Amino acid sequence: MAIASPSEDQDSHPPLGRLGRLRATWIGPLTLLAPSGLWLVLFLVLPTLLILNISLMPGLRPGESPIGYGLGNYSQVFNPWDAAFIPVYIQVIGRSLYYAVTTTVICLLVGFPVAYWLALMAPQRWRNLLVVAFVLPLWTSSLLRSYAWSSLLRPSGILNSFIEWISSIIGVPLPTQDWLYTSTAVLIGLTYNFLPYMVLILYASLEKIDRALLEASADLGARPSQTFLKVTVPQSLPGIAAGCLLVFITSMGDFVVPTLLGGASSMTISRLIYNQFLGITRNWGLGSALSMVLILAVSLAIALLLKYGDRDSIAEA
Amino acid sequence: MAQTVSLHPVSTASTPTLDVELRQVSKVFDGEPAVDAIDLQVRQGEFFSILGPSGCGKTTTLRLIAGFEQPTQGGVLIQGRRMEWVPPYKRSVNTVFQSYALFNHLNVWDNIAFGLRIKGLAKTQIKQRVADALKLVKMEEFARRHPKQLSGGQRQRIALARALVNRPAVMLLDEPLGALDLKLRKEMQVELSNLHQQLGITFIMVTHDQEEALSLSDRIAVMQAGKIAQVGSPSEIYESPRTPFVADFIGDTNLLQGQVDYWDGQVMRVKTTTGLTVLVQRSPDPESLKQVVVSIRPEKIHLSQSASDSGNCYSGFVKHKMYLGTHLHCMVQLDNGDSLTVLQPNRTGNQLAVETRVYVHWLPTDCLALAA
Repeated sequence: MAIASPSEDQDSHPPLGRLGRLRATWIGPLTLLAPSGLWLVLFLVLPTLLILNISLMPGLRPGESPIGYGLGNYSQVFNPWDAAFIPVYIQVIGRSLYYAVTTTVICLLVGFPVAYWLALMAPQRWRNLLVVAFVLPLWTSSLLRSYAWSSLLRPSGILNSFIEWISSIIGVPLPTQDWLYTSTAVLIGLTYNFLPYMVLILYASLEKIDRALLEASADLGARPSQTFLKVTVPQSLPGIAAGCLLVFITSMGDFVVPTLLGGASSMTISRLIYNQFLGITRNWGLGSALSMVLILAVSLAIALLLKYGDRDSIAEA
Repeated sequence: MAQTVSLHPVSTASTPTLDVELRQVSKVFDGEPAVDAIDLQVRQGEFFSILGPSGCGKTTTLRLIAGFEQPTQGGVLIQGRRMEWVPPYKRSVNTVFQSYALFNHLNVWDNIAFGLRIKGLAKTQIKQRVADALKLVKMEEFARRHPKQLSGGQRQRIALARALVNRPAVMLLDEPLGALDLKLRKEMQVELSNLHQQLGITFIMVTHDQEEALSLSDRIAVMQAGKIAQVGSPSEIYESPRTPFVADFIGDTNLLQGQVDYWDGQVMRVKTTTGLTVLVQRSPDPESLKQVVVSIRPEKIHLSQSASDSGNCYSGFVKHKMYLGTHLHCMVQLDNGDSLTVLQPNRTGNQLAVETRVYVHWLPTDCLALAA
């Protein structure tokens, strides 16, 4: 017979044997995942376990052998009844949280109107260009941008010159000050660095909203402000969550901005960790414990992001 | 021909029985007119359809009434009041969107209550009216569901309820049944018709489905390229189309190009470009016609084995046939080369084989001469 009937065709492909099934369900996928899996294990999982291990060796310094094994490093940071407790560390953690939260809130408040305008009001043909223009700063390194800010905020910098110029015009002396190495400088730097991310994520989320929903709201009698509160904001909530968590995570762990723009009074956890490893203090045990705290805080935020955030918007951004 | 809509551009006050009126309304998008100087009058309580092929401007017309678009020229009146720059949220119309546009962050109950809450109605009143609306569309058990847990037909009902619950003067429906499968569409057509009768409010529906428009509407406006081609009752539109476009768009038809050869005030003789001589007894304005298109509906043509003296009779052969269940659809090629579509009821004697020689014939009163 020239043409094989369907049943014959099936006969020529016998059902997979035990080995075949094993290959289909395990070996194939594992082969595909192996390179990236290996990478993750070597450069993420193992180092993290290493840090966890060192964090459990109280006061370990490079070149010394561990004195013991225990929660001493953590206790030094968190336990006020410990003799070795130093309140500065918890203050630094608190300050880092404060910077991260404040940056997030400012980015949301400044970024939402911009993203809203870009997504819903800007002329269609200019939209992509405007988005690109807005993220253009991201194409230069954050180190360079932070240096730029430090020259703006210096005592003889442009900000103070501007304030003096204004005072000379209105005839009222306005206070100039050394903005550099203050919390204000850190917050300005962090906001400047992470605002584009917030705008991009919010833009992606707002742009996805079906225009018919906004029309339906108006059709049902809602004024623009009511439509905004009852439709636009709820519809973009996943994007808002994603943007806030991303800005929180990145600004919490940021090292460049607090190092270049912050001073002694604006120490953050990332700088503190740096000091323990490469700075003067050289306490690897404490540094590792602080690193674990930071990793935990950020992982928690990422877990929240995966659960509540709008992953599509992040991917698009 | 009976003309149901008379245009009176001089009158300034619109008649109170008109719910929606468009006066010389144009809408231009980027230099392209989507709606081109149209006049429309929709009476209170009627089911009015705007029918046309895609891109003819029918949805734009609906959006102009809803207030989502502002006319480039002309005026929209709702219940006699001019609507220039009146935003959608201040108009006494509610829209059922083609995509339904249900709020997916709210459940069914909250979707329907949306408009009432905006208006600030008392809680007990909102409860009552939402419950009534749910009952009206037979969706009582689905109040706590989310839109994405509903099927297309169910979403359609919720979209209807969300609009109806506000008791608008006019309901605007944009291709309301377009996304449903055939069987569901038929069911919803009946429900829409029932709802319209129950509520007695004006419905304006946009559709490209001529059958839907014919079966539901009190009156239909056929649109073509931004203009209104004809307004009339379904039977007027079908039986007495005023242009070849309307004849062709509403139902099937055979169109023959030709020239008026002779007219005695009763019967018109048309010589077609292909050499046929056709007698025609119906035309919207027979006096002025010279170049014409003769429209003959497929179901008005008879097929027989012997010649007939019914006025128009030509011989040919069956070129192609299709079995439609209730009907048989034949393509007959005439001896002069013209092809005619013929629709015959499926009964004994009508089953003709391909290549059979036949006579086609129809009465002069069953065809229509239209200005070419």
